[in-house]
Amino acid sequence: MSHIVDTMFPPEAEDRGGAATPLLAVNGLVKHFKAKNAVVRAVDGVDFHVAKGETLGIVGESGCGKSTIARLIMQIIAPDSGTLLFDGEPVGSAALPLGDFRKKVQMVFQDSYASLNPRMTVEDTIAFGPRVHGLSHKAAVTRAHDLLHRVGLEPSRFAGRYPHEISGGQRQRINIARGLSLEPRLLILDEAVSALDKSVEAQVLNLLLDLKDEFGLTYIFISHDLNVVRFMSDRVMVMYLGKVAEIGSSEPIFKKPRHPYTEALLASMPSMDPDNRTQEAPITGDPPNPINPPPGCRFHTRCKFVSAICANAEPVLHDVGGGQSAACHLANPQSGHPRLAAAA
Amino acid sequence: MLLYTLKRILYVTPVALGVSVIVFLLVHIAPGDPLTSIMPIDATAEQQAEMRAAYGFDKPLAVQYGIWLWKVLHADLGNSIATGRPVLADVSRAVGNSLILASVSTLIGFTFGTFFGFVAGYFQNSPLDKIASLLSVIGVSVPHYWLGMVLVIIFSAQLGWLPPTGAGPDGSGNWRPDPEHLRYLILPAITMSVIPMGIISRTVRALVADILAQEFIQALRAKGLSEWGVFKHVVTNAAPTALAVMGLQLGYLLGGSVLVETVFAWPGTGFLLNAAIFQRDLPLLQGTILVLAMFFVFLNLLVDVLQTALDPRIQRS
Amino acid sequence: MAAIADAGIFVPVKASRGYWASVAHRLIRDPLAMTAAAIVLIIILAAIFAPWVAPADPYKASMIRRLRPVGTPGYLLGADELGRDMLSRLIYGGRLSIFMGVMPVLLAFGIGSGIGIFAGYVGGRINALLMRTIDIFFAFPSVLLAIALSGALGAGITNSIVSLTVVFTPQIARVAEAVTTQIRTRDYVEAARVSGAGPFTIVRVHVLGNVLGPIFVYATSLISVSMILASGLSFLGLGTKPPEPEWGLMLNTLRTAIYNQPLVAALPGLMIFITSLSFNIFSDGLRSAMDVKQ
Repeated sequence: MSHIVDTMFPPEAEDRGGAATPLLAVNGLVKHFKAKNAVVRAVDGVDFHVAKGETLGIVGESGCGKSTIARLIMQIIAPDSGTLLFDGEPVGSAALPLGDFRKKVQMVFQDSYASLNPRMTVEDTIAFGPRVHGLSHKAAVTRAHDLLHRVGLEPSRFAGRYPHEISGGQRQRINIARGLSLEPRLLILDEAVSALDKSVEAQVLNLLLDLKDEFGLTYIFISHDLNVVRFMSDRVMVMYLGKVAEIGSSEPIFKKPRHPYTEALLASMPSMDPDNRTQEAPITGDPPNPINPPPGCRFHTRCKFVSAICANAEPVLHDVGGGQSAACHLANPQSGHPRLAAAA
Repeated sequence: MLLYTLKRILYVTPVALGVSVIVFLLVHIAPGDPLTSIMPIDATAEQQAEMRAAYGFDKPLAVQYGIWLWKVLHADLGNSIATGRPVLADVSRAVGNSLILASVSTLIGFTFGTFFGFVAGYFQNSPLDKIASLLSVIGVSVPHYWLGMVLVIIFSAQLGWLPPTGAGPDGSGNWRPDPEHLRYLILPAITMSVIPMGIISRTVRALVADILAQEFIQALRAKGLSEWGVFKHVVTNAAPTALAVMGLQLGYLLGGSVLVETVFAWPGTGFLLNAAIFQRDLPLLQGTILVLAMFFVFLNLLVDVLQTALDPRIQRS
Repeated sequence: MAAIADAGIFVPVKASRGYWASVAHRLIRDPLAMTAAAIVLIIILAAIFAPWVAPADPYKASMIRRLRPVGTPGYLLGADELGRDMLSRLIYGGRLSIFMGVMPVLLAFGIGSGIGIFAGYVGGRINALLMRTIDIFFAFPSVLLAIALSGALGAGITNSIVSLTVVFTPQIARVAEAVTTQIRTRDYVEAARVSGAGPFTIVRVHVLGNVLGPIFVYATSLISVSMILASGLSFLGLGTKPPEPEWGLMLNTLRTAIYNQPLVAALPGLMIFITSLSFNIFSDGLRSAMDVKQ
């Protein structure tokens, strides 16, 4: 890499709040979309934080609000309510204007083709952000070449190409390079590898891990693929119909899920072990419509432990220890769920 | 369905109002005083002001519009400046003649257009398709007023088979459905049918090609449905759109017949417009355009509602 | 870096070609479109260099040579009702006919794209308001609107260009709005927004390059209609005034000659037809050259 000019700043220079302050703290995030004669509760009161240097995975079925959360954090769409704190400072305040925030948080989209301007060369696409932020053309192009090299694409062969001339895996590398071009501290990966072939997916995931170490990045990794999330994440957030079902460190959640929905998701994971294959579908039916989510616990229409309380009272996130919280009456000993009484 | 119709009518109202504003303003973008043509040359300033007041031109524009609209809503389009006759009477007579010409032309255009379109869509990329496509591009590229002249040259001047101008042998202003009058209709109707023919043929070709490429047709074929059965499916699926295009074309022809009517001296709205423009008869111009535009607006509404009623695939939300 | 392995696999050997270069490449291989382009080019060049190309003065009348047939010595395409050389008048006529046909489309392309892209990019209520206003113009068939405006404004080249511009602007604005609305929600536009670019930069860099192509193709398809309408206005006496050579006006003044010299009388219309047809065929070729999924 000696012939490539290093154009990136050391990341630790910007740390303001100290190691204990979460890089991103999300509080009470709500977004409802108006459809015809109806309201879609895409994100309905979500709190979480992302610590510096960690990867938070977000999983859930399609329509659960994962991508809306990404777009809300990126300020592509405005939330109905809720606050974002970035490194301890409110986003959009005098201390952290939107423009500054945008440089620090970037996103990689799912569709590698739709997210690249078909009329722009690879080099121009990557250099666009730095140009907007005042870098000279020459410096921006130098940085683009540097980044191309870092994502494993030889600049001399790829800089002048158009998106339709390269493969999906290569395009996603370019999207990653574009995401890194503003030296962000947080990178949101919204289903970033979902459209790729399995072999290419593994290469891109390894690249993401390498880049994380190299640049000291923090990731929010959104995917419906639990295997991939487990491989990438330090902590995991499980979403169901616009709400957090369960959140916590990766290991305990995958080993001992406390929410029946997480359990069902895990049970539906394809296993490599033939003796351990699921015999019946652990979860059936499509998720209920986010236009009219069921009352009480939103999962109660598909839950095998459902009881009367689930349809009446909405469970809140309850800390079950070990950094794990679940929004299920069964996780809270005081909830009065009949199964708890039977077990006691 | 009723709700949908009401919604469409509700939506059309502001458009109709907008149309009336534009038509009203036409007189006011016209250079010079609209009364110049009837004002005595030696009129004094007082006489001019008097005249202006008599026609209401001294009031603010918005008030003039209000008065004008009120009269229009009571079927009063004013009097022609040139003849003094009520505009509405002249326009209604002309609309009748234009409607006959436009309907017959649309029918001819629709018949040949669907035929060419079907052939081209069924035998895509064959020589037949190429010929049909060429015919349709010629149809939309030919200056129809010139085509009219060429037809007159061939069938009237050279062969002497058909009369070159007018709507009937007596030179009277009205077309009647008898064999003698029919001869007068042939040339202008063929001339005007060329545009809808090109457009309908393009539409039908695309529709047929689209339907034939769909999976349900292939499934029907796989099940052993005869070609005749497939054809019937294609027709029922293409008909609503093709009919809608035909309806719209009728509107375009009715409003767009000025040039052809001028070539053939056909006593329709186009002829009337031409006269109004050259005599600077602004009330007549205003009235004719308003009637034609409103006709077009309501024809659009009708086509839209009918198409929705006929085609189950269109959502009525 | 191990990841470089997959990077090398699918690199095409041929040189990179930008979008417009590949459109041009495909267009050149379309014989029909190229023929049409050549015809348009010849007519335009002949019109521009008319003083050098035309055999005679298009205004010079001669009472004794009125209405000569095609092929008369010295009058290759005959003489018109005032004894003027038809060939020369047809060559000169291209100047005004093409100018009056193309100019409104160019103006409408500028104004309509501006309105449509603005409405499409801004979206929301402003978009709805602009588009509903534009709907009103669609309540008039093009021919009627053109004639109504020209008729009200009075005859003249400028008035006829203004009327036709008013006719075509809403049509182009509607297309521009539709394309822009589509592009606006593309991920790459959102990516540009999250990289902190302002609306003007985004429109300039990311929107224009992707919407102007389709709008342009649509505009080229209007040139044919515009030519027919512009000459039609002159044919009605609403465009140019005699003795200017203009195809529509020539067609009108030669109407009386359909019995004596039918071929001569039909020539100006043939020119309109050929030009309009060529523009249409070229526009179709351009559309299919651009309509390739990449």
